[in-house]
Amino acid sequence: MIELKEISKKFGDTQAVKQVSFSVAKAETLVLLGASGCGKTTTLKMVNRLIEPDSGQILINKQDIIAQNPDVLRRGIGYVMQNIGLFPHYTIAGNIALVPKLLRWDKAKIKSRTQELIKKLHLPESILAMYPHELSGGQQQRVGLARALITDPPVLLMDEPFGALDNVTRTSIQKEFKALEELKRKTIVMVTHDVQEAFELADRICLMDKGEVVQIGTPKELLYHPINDVVKNFLAGQRLVLEFKVTNIQDIWYYLPEGIVYHEETVNADLSIWEAMELLRNKDRSELFVCGAGKIVKSINFEQLTKGFNQYQNAQQHE
Amino acid sequence: MNEQHQTLWQFMSGQSDKLFSQTLQHVGLTFISLILAIIIGLPLGLLIARKRKLSGMILGIAGVLQTIPSIALLGFMIPVLGIGAKPAIVALLIYALLPIIRNTYTGIIGIDLPVKEAARAMGMSKRQVLLKVELPLAMPVILAGIRTATVINVGVATLASFIAAGGLGEFIFGGISLNNTNMILAGAIPAALLAIILDAVLSLIQNMDIRKLRKVLYILPIVILLLGGFYILPSAYGASLTAGFTPEFMGRQDGDLGLKSVYGLKIHTIVISDAVMYKAAYAKELDVISGYSTDGRLKAFDLKILKDDKNIFPPYYAAPIVRDEALKQFPDLEKTLNLLAGKITDSIMTDLNYRTDYLHQQPERVAKDFLISKGLYKAPKSGHQGTVRIGSKIFGEQYILAEIYSMLIKGYTAYDVATKTGLGGTKICFDALLNNQIDFYPEYTGTGLLVLLQPNPKVAKEMAQDKEKTYRYVSAAFEKKFKIKWLKPIGFNNSYALMMRQKQSKELNVNSITDLKNYLDKN
Ligand SMILES: Nc1ncnc2c1ncn2[C@@H]1O[C@H](COP(=O)(O)OP(=O)(O)OP(=O)(O)O)[C@@H](O)[C@H]1O
Ligand SMILES: [Mg+2]
Repeated sequence: MIELKEISKKFGDTQAVKQVSFSVAKAETLVLLGASGCGKTTTLKMVNRLIEPDSGQILINKQDIIAQNPDVLRRGIGYVMQNIGLFPHYTIAGNIALVPKLLRWDKAKIKSRTQELIKKLHLPESILAMYPHELSGGQQQRVGLARALITDPPVLLMDEPFGALDNVTRTSIQKEFKALEELKRKTIVMVTHDVQEAFELADRICLMDKGEVVQIGTPKELLYHPINDVVKNFLAGQRLVLEFKVTNIQDIWYYLPEGIVYHEETVNADLSIWEAMELLRNKDRSELFVCGAGKIVKSINFEQLTKGFNQYQNAQQHE
Repeated sequence: MNEQHQTLWQFMSGQSDKLFSQTLQHVGLTFISLILAIIIGLPLGLLIARKRKLSGMILGIAGVLQTIPSIALLGFMIPVLGIGAKPAIVALLIYALLPIIRNTYTGIIGIDLPVKEAARAMGMSKRQVLLKVELPLAMPVILAGIRTATVINVGVATLASFIAAGGLGEFIFGGISLNNTNMILAGAIPAALLAIILDAVLSLIQNMDIRKLRKVLYILPIVILLLGGFYILPSAYGASLTAGFTPEFMGRQDGDLGLKSVYGLKIHTIVISDAVMYKAAYAKELDVISGYSTDGRLKAFDLKILKDDKNIFPPYYAAPIVRDEALKQFPDLEKTLNLLAGKITDSIMTDLNYRTDYLHQQPERVAKDFLISKGLYKAPKSGHQGTVRIGSKIFGEQYILAEIYSMLIKGYTAYDVATKTGLGGTKICFDALLNNQIDFYPEYTGTGLLVLLQPNPKVAKEMAQDKEKTYRYVSAAFEKKFKIKWLKPIGFNNSYALMMRQKQSKELNVNSITDLKNYLDKN
């Protein structure tokens, strides 16, 4: 769907982006991950021509974007900015309606679509008449997302969409984000420097360093098969959490104690270890009932979960 | 006329027609120039916000234009644009430009970068970014610039009366030269109120929240246009000849009032400042002007004095007037000043004026040359017995006289001299003398009589015919009323005079004021 071929960009003497190539499949989420200043934003902005590359080629739907009118191109690509960038002189409704108005949608359509999105993003309808400065940071971020999603563009570019938030809010928005049906159909390029966020949301991660791509792969590949020390070091600090995140209960199914239990309220086995732990921690219950393949239900508590995970890890390393 | 005994309110209601039309002209002038300044300044501000390299140059030029003194700017424009509305509007426009350009520029470049980028990222075209994002966001700053420009314009528009463009300046400057406080206030108070009200209204708009502001911005241009429309160009006339009189001349019995009552002269008249009047006559913008009989520009611009065959212009013999205290303090002063008595005739004075006004010689040099030619010049002694303070009004002749007196005092006495030249009009100069700011200045008998003493019209008329009578009357009255002494007259008579271009006077065969009246009645 999106394809970058050997893209480079220099600002004066700074080589911001150097020979970057990757492709993003339809409905895939690719996360550009890397330390501050490694060229993520620059790369992203070249996709909707906010920045023009010095060399290389970018294709969207097999069409070279250079051949398209940049304004028309941008109207077809949702863009969520690193610093939100809501228009202070428009109401929230006005901000969200901006692109549809450029595309000359009729009023009724804009209204119904706005209300639909607002609901999905868990925003109260009362904010529509407010101005951006009257909203909290989290609400603003959601509005930024709504603005990018309103016309249902097939491609979405997001630059640290949750960057301005505290940890608690960020986690909850990430969850909502992941659950949004709308987004599952979209081709997304998302920028972040937060490893956990990348692991949470990415189908594949493109790890960048000093303007260059270091490794592209699924979270599991990066975690278990890093191609060099740069990748290893980048993930090292949060290794355990990341492992909890990339492993799901199905993976460790074998190491969980048997015991046929029947319970109405079960969770699916594609739940990650991390999520299972969170459930066990938050809700006042000591056991989870997990429904695995063949509708077999197992009951697990915290100890059984960690034990099973450790056995699974050991087995992996001895492979 | 005993205007001084009128209350301000009586004056204003008596002159309400004039006051109303002057106020409308004032508002009109302010807003016409404001519209033009916005039409020019806003795009220029946008241009330099795009091309930052140009900003230094354009803001620099606008800044320099702003510093040109208003009178000078008006003067520069006469050769190009003549007198009346056009040069006034252009001058006001020039003053209004800088705040508008500068605020548009700072308003636009002050917008948050992410917001501008978001606009582009949403797929807005450059035009849409400008109209929907940049201009609305910069609007409060731009409005602040317009507000500043408006207040500046209300102030500067008072000077429009110097070049016959009307406005409240007619009262203000007329009042200053006529020593008529009511008249000054009748112009100054509405002008100040206008500035305060416009400032308040614009500040209200500027601080409005975005919702309301959007509506107001649709109405504002219409209002500005309507207000601009108040200015019905004063040049809408069809008369055969046009007169330009100074505000002072307009209000005087021995001026326009006398021309009307004694001669029955009916001529289309506009009000104009003395500084540009002669030039305007020369440039054929005006046909008849109210000049001074010894003015050097008479010679420079080839003008002819029309004979005052019914004697409405009283004699204006010049003589130094000195505070009695000063005469006591400086015993040698009187006889030194009297050295000049009778030494300068009309033609000598005209020639001296011609040398400063037209040949641009320094008053010092002209004074020295004159004293040498009369054998009166002595090299200055070192003055150590106190300082004599000389004043002068703000025109050439007075500067020359001040210089001559200064040289005489330095050469013949042991006093030092401080000159305070350029003390505005009669009122300012005389007040300075009364309040012991200066010790003496050259005054004219006619002015002393009609402006400073203002006796009842009968006495005035009787006095005014006779040179000696006038001098005796003012001497006695000043001594009694102000403790100020008139020394011996210098010789020349700088009275009011009506003048025309030599050539036109010959063509029309108009040599006296009566001739002029007859000509006008026929045409
Ligand atoms: N407009 C610009 N002019 C000059 N240099 C720039 C410009 N934009 C980016 N750079 C430089 O290019 C490099 C990459 O910047 P970029 O914004 O792409 O980093 P990033 O990975 O998005 O960082 P962050 O996580 O801090 O947002 C940096 O060294 C930056 O200083
Ligand atoms: Mg960035």
